Amino acid sequence: MSLEKTEIEKIAWLARLALDEDDIPGYARDLSNILGLVEQMNTIKTNDIEPLAHPMEIKARLRPDEVTETDQREKFQNIAPHVDNGHYLVPRVIE
Amino acid sequence: MQWETVIGLEIHVQLSTRSKIFSAAATAYGAEANRQACAVDLGLPGVLPVINAGVIKKAVKFGLAVNAEIAEHFVFARKNYFYPDLPKGYQISQLELPIVGYGQIAIRLDDGSNRIIGITRAHLEEDAGKSLHEDFHNMTGIDLNRAGTPLLEIVSEPDLRNAQEAVAYMKKIHTLVRYLGISDGNMQEGSFRCDANISIRAKGDTKLGTRAEIKNLNSFRFVEQAILHEIDRQIDILESGNKVVQETRLYDPDKNETRAMRSKEEANDYRYFPDPDLLPVELSRDDIESIRTELPELPDAKRQRFIKAFNLSEYDSSNLTISRELADYFEATVQASGGEAKLSANWIMGDLSAALNKENKDITKSPVTANALGGMIKRIKDNTISGKIAKQIFEDMWNGEGDADTIIEVRGLKQVSDSGLIEKLVDEVIAANPDQVEQFRSSPGEKQGKLIGFFVGQIMKKTQGKANPQQVNALLNKKLTAG
Repeated sequence: MSLEKTEIEKIAWLARLALDEDDIPGYARDLSNILGLVEQMNTIKTNDIEPLAHPMEIKARLRPDEVTETDQREKFQNIAPHVDNGHYLVPRVIE
Repeated sequence: MQWETVIGLEIHVQLSTRSKIFSAAATAYGAEANRQACAVDLGLPGVLPVINAGVIKKAVKFGLAVNAEIAEHFVFARKNYFYPDLPKGYQISQLELPIVGYGQIAIRLDDGSNRIIGITRAHLEEDAGKSLHEDFHNMTGIDLNRAGTPLLEIVSEPDLRNAQEAVAYMKKIHTLVRYLGISDGNMQEGSFRCDANISIRAKGDTKLGTRAEIKNLNSFRFVEQAILHEIDRQIDILESGNKVVQETRLYDPDKNETRAMRSKEEANDYRYFPDPDLLPVELSRDDIESIRTELPELPDAKRQRFIKAFNLSEYDSSNLTISRELADYFEATVQASGGEAKLSANWIMGDLSAALNKENKDITKSPVTANALGGMIKRIKDNTISGKIAKQIFEDMWNGEGDADTIIEVRGLKQVSDSGLIEKLVDEVIAANPDQVEQFRSSPGEKQGKLIGFFVGQIMKKTQGKANPQQVNALLNKKLTAG
């Protein structure tokens, strides 16, 4: 499977990555190789194999429903670029 | 051409846990901005999500209540999109292996018929924060208190055929989650909201038409109006020979119309993948069965029981079981009234509901307790007071003037059932109004029923409404027709 330039551009846009025009053929080749590997794996019969959601054979430990976090807004907002009246500010998102 | 509407709803229910789904920050509504947003909710580097056991339990309760398959093994996935109120750049959700699989729920339509609606699945996810576009001088303010609040997204099958069914289904789910105590269902605060998928096809077709999705409907009325509007819009398109475009639309309640969202607002390539930060969750059959034992009596079972145990109509029973609190209030009233189910039902759905609505109060905030209302109904039943006087007493109880017995005593409202006194009054009124008596006697029987009201009124006036109406009527009838 080989990816087109427009597909690379779309993938980059979805990940909000700015790609250099010159780098696109390289990415197309690398990503196509990865997809090729996946295609190869797809040919293996896996009917008898249990799906694996995580490489470790352990299950999640749950946490009791209790509030243990304290308010640390001032600390967090100290490292934020812009805050106002307790809010984090970002460039205006048009509705 | 005959058209058929096909609707599926996705309902987002905020689960009423104390802490968030993946962090131990508080979920309480109404806190100052970002006071309940911890490092996990902010998506700071190095943090790890830890699943809240309370969330799992609440989701399982829902699944059991709709007879769904509960997964003994489920996983979380990342749904990737960029928006400033989603700091991580992905929402933790479920795609494959959701916690709740296929289930069913019965809805009741206005004509009294029942329909079974399929529930495709219900999965867990975290809510995003809130973006505020005003008050920040051309910037957008972000409040992440809501980020990480647990949501259960309940996805219906495309089984709904019109706006009425969609609203009935939504109300049923709303009642159910409140009965189960898994959500407060508060729609103003956004704890219960829904997206509607709507498509139109020619009647008889088995293939679905192209659908539009209407986002963020947060009241039953909006759901109904948005669906009605969208059906008209799509039929117009189809009848003029055009095609419906698959898109996401927003409902504008002020203009009562839906409009397409900008394509940028639509991020439909989410590139889901299993979240490597979270291990699969395992639930044993025993875990699930032990949660089952905690289920309360569910709305349908309660409705059936009320019909049988209290001899109520289907209509009364449906209304009284709309919430667990109202049903509890009813049962307590019946108990306090000495078993007067029908009278209790009438008072609760009549005067009490009207008074609560007028002051925009919930049944749990009723100034008249079930005990007080039951006590008053007892006095109607034992003929201490008439139904009319009871209305006055109810108002006094509402205004905090004590229980019925106290008010009857203090105001001297005890019904006059002294037959000697009533007979004397009846004689007086008949003697004082010869013209009306004449008119009564010369009228045909069916008209007399109306005319007798004049005499009853006169007697009630003399007794400040306290004369026993049954006795007054009986005596009047006897004396007027005998003469």
